[in-house]
Amino acid sequence: MTQLVPVLATNGLCVDVPARKNRMILADISLALHGGEILGMVGESGSGKTTFGQAVMGLVRPSAGTITLDGQALAGSSAKEFRPLRRAAALLFQDPAASFNPRLRIGAIVGEPRRIAGIGRVTTAELATLVERAGLSASVLRKFPHALSGGQARRAAVARALAVVPRLIIADEPTAGLDVSVQGGILNLFLDIREQGTALLLISHNLAVIRHVSDRLAILYLGRLVEIGPTDAIFRAPRHPYTRALLDAEPEADPARRRTEPPLMGEVPSIFARPTGCEFHARCRFVRPRCRDEAPGVTGIGERHSVRCHFPLGGG
Amino acid sequence: MSAVALEIRDLSIWYAGAAPAVLNIDLAVQRGEILGIIGESGSGKTSLAHAVLGLLPASATMRGARLALAGTELIGASPAALRAMRGPGAAMIFQNPGAAFSPLHTIGEHFAAFLWRDRRMSGHDRRARIVAALHDVGIADPAARLSAHPFQLSGGMLQRVAIAAALLMRPALLIADEPTTALDVTMEAQILHLLRGIRENAGVAILLISHQLGVIAEICDRVAVMYAGRIVEEGPVAAIFARPRHPYTQALFACEPSLIKAGALRLPVIAGVVPRPGGAGCGFASRCVHADAQCRAVPPPWQADADHRYCCHRIAA
Repeated sequence: MTQLVPVLATNGLCVDVPARKNRMILADISLALHGGEILGMVGESGSGKTTFGQAVMGLVRPSAGTITLDGQALAGSSAKEFRPLRRAAALLFQDPAASFNPRLRIGAIVGEPRRIAGIGRVTTAELATLVERAGLSASVLRKFPHALSGGQARRAAVARALAVVPRLIIADEPTAGLDVSVQGGILNLFLDIREQGTALLLISHNLAVIRHVSDRLAILYLGRLVEIGPTDAIFRAPRHPYTRALLDAEPEADPARRRTEPPLMGEVPSIFARPTGCEFHARCRFVRPRCRDEAPGVTGIGERHSVRCHFPLGGG
Repeated sequence: MSAVALEIRDLSIWYAGAAPAVLNIDLAVQRGEILGIIGESGSGKTSLAHAVLGLLPASATMRGARLALAGTELIGASPAALRAMRGPGAAMIFQNPGAAFSPLHTIGEHFAAFLWRDRRMSGHDRRARIVAALHDVGIADPAARLSAHPFQLSGGMLQRVAIAAALLMRPALLIADEPTTALDVTMEAQILHLLRGIRENAGVAILLISHQLGVIAEICDRVAVMYAGRIVEEGPVAAIFARPRHPYTQALFACEPSLIKAGALRLPVIAGVVPRPGGAGCGFASRCVHADAQCRAVPPPWQADADHRYCCHRIAA
């Protein structure tokens, strides 16, 4: 991949709790995502994954740092300036059916972003092409949302996202609530979209699901990026103890390999009581005295792989 | 008390004016055993669980040879008899623990209400029992949690509280309907570990409904695979995971993300949708790659290798 201008780049991105200074939801996130690339973003509830997507879409305002989409800075833009920029990115919500107006037919729903963006009227033929690209037949255009199955609604949401020809698609938990027999179809659809040069950010708490489609993974803990790198390198040898615990927590479909102990106890601490030093130290199996006092910086490991830990786990 | 916590023979359920939801189910869960039920949306898993608790709507009809909870027959039982079984007979936990509690009442008020059967118990004893129940499911500082409202607890902690509430009446059977689907994988591992401990310590039977093979593999002793309202395969977890026999079970295993080798270019799917239960022939015939004319016309026979049974025309024992 040639290193052109990334579709999405954030530098030192921070988001604070509204009206409370220095209560960070997102802390110092710097990453870049190129066209034709899928980045998986993983972490427990409260890790800030969803907020990151919202910040990129301009739905929450960063307190520090920059966001650029196709080289154009977003942070600090007024709502009016934001509108044309927002057309470059589309967000797929966690519950697609809840993001549809129940009184509109699928055709109107899919065409809605085009009307809002002021690109003009969408012809029925264009709508049919859009839903067919998302793996639906044109007959769904005349249906109401309630008549669609969970998988079909997910595909209709993808068709709607494609309507504005975005450079970036952000999907928040794209397969939550779907049966395993259909979730593969949705993920394959993302692979097709990637082929056309679109950048995708897949947000999930389920590593097993996004492993197969993500080129790189970003792991968040308490609003901080703790590890980012190529998916296969991270699965082969996770460097951050938190990444390792997340991988170990995935239940394996093999009754001969049951765990005797849960790999990670406790829960993500509150952002109102951030631990000192490394924020993961209280749950870390490998904690040493330094971790309690001193916040770790980012260490680069190999190509495009970095970890925020004083004592990264060994490779291989 | 009977060693069989739940016994079901030839049970079918219909909703008014609609196709059947569940057909000809045979199932037994022993005390101290964890039985998993796996299947897609619309396979009838939840209808079956609701039948066991007597929670089916009035429009539902239930027919069968036997549906017995700890030796007590439930088919044709009066509402009062069903009510008496809920709690001591069977209790249930759900996917969304937040919806299981009233937002207006504290955890302590909920548990006091759950102990309505023991109203002659002193306030002191009642409180001690509630604190002990919360302690048993790993709630730190349980006495302080009694005054907490549900919104003050995380999803994982609320699921622990829901499990404590379900176990309060010492049920013969605990039904867990997708208990970890709404939780993070790290919390899921903790809750599964807790369920396994409960089985070992309290000797309760657990019926675990899930659509995730990993969850079934982690804690179940046996598993029943449901498709279009019927059980299509059942047996020990080790046998089914080592050698799934029914084509539907095989297709489900092929779709499981954790079993797919890294580097697969396309992810597998099962084409088509679950049909309404009750058609002629095998329910899976319309999506099965092995199906022939016989499969579409004639109900498939049961076959078995030891205690592993499956229902298919095409797979030889």
